[in-house]
Amino acid sequence: MELVEKMLVGSDQSLARLITIVEREAPEVPQIMSLIYPRLGNAYFVGITGPPGGGKSTVVDRLTALMRKSDSSVGIVGCDPSSPFSGGAVLGDRIRMQQHYLDEGVFIRSMATRDSRGGLPRTVRGVLKLMDAFGKDFVLVETVGVGQTELDIMDAVDTTVVVLVPEAGDAIQTMKAGLLEIADIFVVNKADREGADYLVVELEQMLRMNPKHDWWQVPVLTTQAVNDIGIEDLYREIEKHREAIQKAGQLSLHRQEQRKAEFVQTIEQRIRARLLELVEKDGQLMKCLERVEEGEIDPYSASMEILTNKSLLQTWLAELESED
Amino acid sequence: MADERRIRVLMAKPGLDGHDRGARVLTLGLRDEGMEVIYTGLRQTPEKIVQAAIQEDVDVVGLSCLSGAHRYLFPEVVEQLKANGVEDMLVIGGGIIPKEDIAFLEEKGVGAIFGPGTSIKEIASYIRENTKRK
Repeated sequence: MELVEKMLVGSDQSLARLITIVEREAPEVPQIMSLIYPRLGNAYFVGITGPPGGGKSTVVDRLTALMRKSDSSVGIVGCDPSSPFSGGAVLGDRIRMQQHYLDEGVFIRSMATRDSRGGLPRTVRGVLKLMDAFGKDFVLVETVGVGQTELDIMDAVDTTVVVLVPEAGDAIQTMKAGLLEIADIFVVNKADREGADYLVVELEQMLRMNPKHDWWQVPVLTTQAVNDIGIEDLYREIEKHREAIQKAGQLSLHRQEQRKAEFVQTIEQRIRARLLELVEKDGQLMKCLERVEEGEIDPYSASMEILTNKSLLQTWLAELESED
Repeated sequence: MADERRIRVLMAKPGLDGHDRGARVLTLGLRDEGMEVIYTGLRQTPEKIVQAAIQEDVDVVGLSCLSGAHRYLFPEVVEQLKANGVEDMLVIGGGIIPKEDIAFLEEKGVGAIFGPGTSIKEIASYIRENTKRK
């Protein structure tokens, strides 16, 4: 595939096009993924998550500047929500990252969540792989502003940074499960505001009562990203976490799990897509669906009826094969 | 497979004027028309706009200018896209553009100019009919 070849020798435009193809979940995706597979494994993935308006984009911007200073190339994926009504989206993470627009070592891509739930577009993993294959040393993934339970990010990246603001202090009691559990590093941003110290103490207490791993003590940092304060500490902690996760043998385990999840997810998606196609074609299946829609039979019994019907399953298999 | 076609738009303000109400209204309007709109903020150089457009792989670049520098800035964006080998991105403009400049800009490769009072629907349907990218 020409696009992949061009991307692998450094064409920005080809990378951009390939990302579009992955975002659209086009039929070429499996081919692209298998072509880039041998080139994967060099990038380190850092996720930046937290509630809306906490300064995630600014943290990403300042962190990128430091990474560039130490000569690492950086890919950035900024996610924003799609409207459930129009399907459109406003993607605004870039606004905070203007200093990097003309830096050839930085590639910024904005993604809408489209029909995914959970803080990340479902196709983000494929996009991260493309950036890895492209040769980025670090890839920073900024999630949409999240609440308590949008936790997909921790499976997609190696280090998860949770960015909070001092005002989150009051809510912390109720937030102990979910978002607060996935942090490898906490950042209390806008730390010049009242309540920052209190939040740091709260978080540290929570972490002491319930340490996440015996090989990594989750740090709580304070930053003022707009003033470039505390970002060096954050970069240092990311590097430390990277060392710790590698030393403990956790990185390879983590990536194994990622591959497994991806395998299952890919199969699931393809079967699902094929099933939906077949529902429109197969007479028996259509009839069954009609009965379910009319409420004549409950969905569970109907699905059992279909899944235990061997001749029906065989016709599907034949249809699938003839399509391929 | 979903193979979803979503029109992606880069909304940019080249040059030095600080009035982005129009660009913001249009950003929201096109979102409501089902498009993904990337807003880059104020005071962009043509170089920055072109780099952003390439990385974001947009279908459309929307330029807004109220300072009077459109005769230089708009064609410059078109030229630099071309210099980067991008010929199939639709470039459109808006703002305070005198009527007598419209033909000049269109000749320079700007697809259309939408002045004050244009409805969002009109712009959205122009975009849908004129995006050249696959």
